[in-house]
Amino acid sequence: MYVAVKGGEKAIENAHAWLAEERRGDPGVAELSLAQIREQLSLAVNRVMAEGSLYDPDLAALAIKQARGDLIEAIFLIRAYRTTLPRFGNSTPVDTGGMACDRRISATFKDAPGGQVLGPTFDYTHRLLDFKLAADGAVPEAPTAAPRHEPTPHITKFLKDEGLIQDEPASDKPPGDLTREPMEFPADRPLRLQALTRGDEGFVLGMAYSTQRGYARNHAFVGELRIGTVAVEMEIPELGFTIEIGEIALTECETVNQFKGSKTEPPQFTRGYGLVFGQSERKAIAMALVDRALRWEELGEDDLGAPAQDQEFVLSHADNIQATGFLEHIKLPHYVDFQSELELVRKLRREAKERLEPREAAE
Amino acid sequence: MADQTKIATGDRQAWLGLLARAPAEALAALWSGYGARPEFQWLRTPEIGGVMVRGRAGGIGAPFNLGEMTVTRCALVLADGTEGHGYVQGRGKTHAETAALIDALMQTGDADTVRAKILEPLTRQVQAARSARAAKAAATKVEFFTMVRGEDQ
Repeated sequence: MYVAVKGGEKAIENAHAWLAEERRGDPGVAELSLAQIREQLSLAVNRVMAEGSLYDPDLAALAIKQARGDLIEAIFLIRAYRTTLPRFGNSTPVDTGGMACDRRISATFKDAPGGQVLGPTFDYTHRLLDFKLAADGAVPEAPTAAPRHEPTPHITKFLKDEGLIQDEPASDKPPGDLTREPMEFPADRPLRLQALTRGDEGFVLGMAYSTQRGYARNHAFVGELRIGTVAVEMEIPELGFTIEIGEIALTECETVNQFKGSKTEPPQFTRGYGLVFGQSERKAIAMALVDRALRWEELGEDDLGAPAQDQEFVLSHADNIQATGFLEHIKLPHYVDFQSELELVRKLRREAKERLEPREAAE
Repeated sequence: MADQTKIATGDRQAWLGLLARAPAEALAALWSGYGARPEFQWLRTPEIGGVMVRGRAGGIGAPFNLGEMTVTRCALVLADGTEGHGYVQGRGKTHAETAALIDALMQTGDADTVRAKILEPLTRQVQAARSARAAKAAATKVEFFTMVRGEDQ
């Protein structure tokens, strides 16, 4: 139990003043601008937007600065800000097939229509520290080639056209929203996907890795990974039609997984799906693996008792703000609780001693 | 007042979308170059809010909530009664106001001037930025030596 305590105002005020000073660091070193964070720490900005569940790079940059680079603290700030925003409405579902791709790779089809486009990737770098970055220097312009303007088709479309992969029936059913109603179990797939896309990257990665190591193994191939921008459209009631209200960067991962077939389904591949704000490919791949593991029941698979199959376990622990809120509250004053525990331990010890003493006296 | 029926919805969608997506600084620069500042009254002062962005399972299936994005909106009316609406990405009240004014002007006799001085150069800037990224992406396309492709001939 948490019981309010009084006092300490001056200490708190001084602690926050010192925090501000420590945040600034050595005043002889130039201060970071939000634009510098947004442009040069863009993958941190992307993570804060994805897990903060609010797409706004400038706000994410501010949160990172305020949090001194503690990304979970920054995500907390964004979540708190998000609750102050009036909700204007819902977008129509984004068309990732129409994405302007910066990157698009397939691990399953070498000659994928639209090509394998590496984009600005860390892959194939040697992971050796680049000391040139320690000294400032101009970056040469990246080479260019004739741009492609036509949409890049989804890889899974080709498997679907042949009937080799499980269908993904379109619907217009409004999805549940866990920011509006608390999650209840069993949660349907749209709710699970919402929880996973805003879930902690480390947690989702760990759960996904567990499936690769054999806990609910489902043999995932990255059918396609694409990163780029899509238009966001919304119907505007006062206008009576749909308009684009912006453009966002997304990472999408579609996995193609083995499936033996069932009594009602012929053998075919199944899908896992990841879609995350920004350039966040580790998270998107991990999300797709966990999504697939959580689909065991609807695909008629056995419950192997693996953690990644247990939706209550996965979804209840994926949110780093819920987790850190509960974890960190135990450091706040619990004096009353602790006093009663202390009293209890003393009483038990006294009783134990009294039980022992008469015996000792009799010996 | 403009004859609203003459404006094709598709045209209006195109300019509202462009104004929503355009970088605020680029729009501000073109707007300050335009010069004229029409009189207007607010129907709805600029307001910052969120829109829940949705995706689809598997890219094509059932919709799900992906997360919100910030949007600023406003609505105004010119002295001649023409209404303009601004819905722009991010938290830019001036951006939304400029978008709404341009939306209104595009329904008046000034449409051709606004199109030539603001919308067309803005379209070119947005397209140039998009092409520049696409050109860098194209340079990272993997060419497999084992592949035979018609377009290489």
